[in-house]
Amino acid sequence: MEAQYPARRRPKYLNLLKIREPLPAVVSILHRISGVLLFFPGIPLFLYGLQLLLQSPETFASLQSGLAHPLCKLFLLLATWFFLHHLFAGIRHLMLDLHYGLQLEHARLSSKLVLIFGAALTMLAGVWLW
Amino acid sequence: MVKPANRIITGAHYGLKDWLVQRITAVLMVVYIGLLIVFIVVYQPESYEEFKALFSIRWIKIASLLFFAGLCWHAWVGVRNVLMDYIHPMSIRLTLQIMCIVALLGYLIWFLDIMWG
Repeated sequence: MEAQYPARRRPKYLNLLKIREPLPAVVSILHRISGVLLFFPGIPLFLYGLQLLLQSPETFASLQSGLAHPLCKLFLLLATWFFLHHLFAGIRHLMLDLHYGLQLEHARLSSKLVLIFGAALTMLAGVWLW
Repeated sequence: MVKPANRIITGAHYGLKDWLVQRITAVLMVVYIGLLIVFIVVYQPESYEEFKALFSIRWIKIASLLFFAGLCWHAWVGVRNVLMDYIHPMSIRLTLQIMCIVALLGYLIWFLDIMWG
């Protein structure tokens, strides 16, 4: 027999566009998305850059001029953010594995710190790039 | 007399190995990146020759290879987890997993070619 609920309508399914994710969930899904993007196109682009860096003085020069392009810098900044978020969320993961910060308020605080540190260091990288 | 089953019924612990590998490779990668940043700050390489010289030091080459192999292994565990979570039809999942393994092996060979080729 189904329970009778009062007038308040309860959601029948989880619509990701309608529910508001708690902060640790946001950090978690960004960790996953950034991880996938670092895998592809991250790794091949990294290798391409490394190849240009080390192959010859000509490829080195083309890497330098390529990275000087504003669009390229913007892309690099985005990649930096993905990397930094993945790094800090990963450190948070390791702390959780060691049973640090398991309480709800600590978990919320640490996810806030992950987002702040990721964004702040990305901005610093942006200042350094421009 | 019935012999007791010589196996652990809670699973084969494949997940535990992957979990541990992902964390160990993560720590190793952070250590490498930290060392590399210190090196670059100390030596301040700017020209092609200086970068080339930096990555010609044997232990840096070896540490870089360890880093990249760790990165590939780390990525494989992560991508496998993602595929297991979202791609349920076995044929598609297996195809994607094989593509990822082939890609990662290709990346590793590419990396070796850049460093030692």
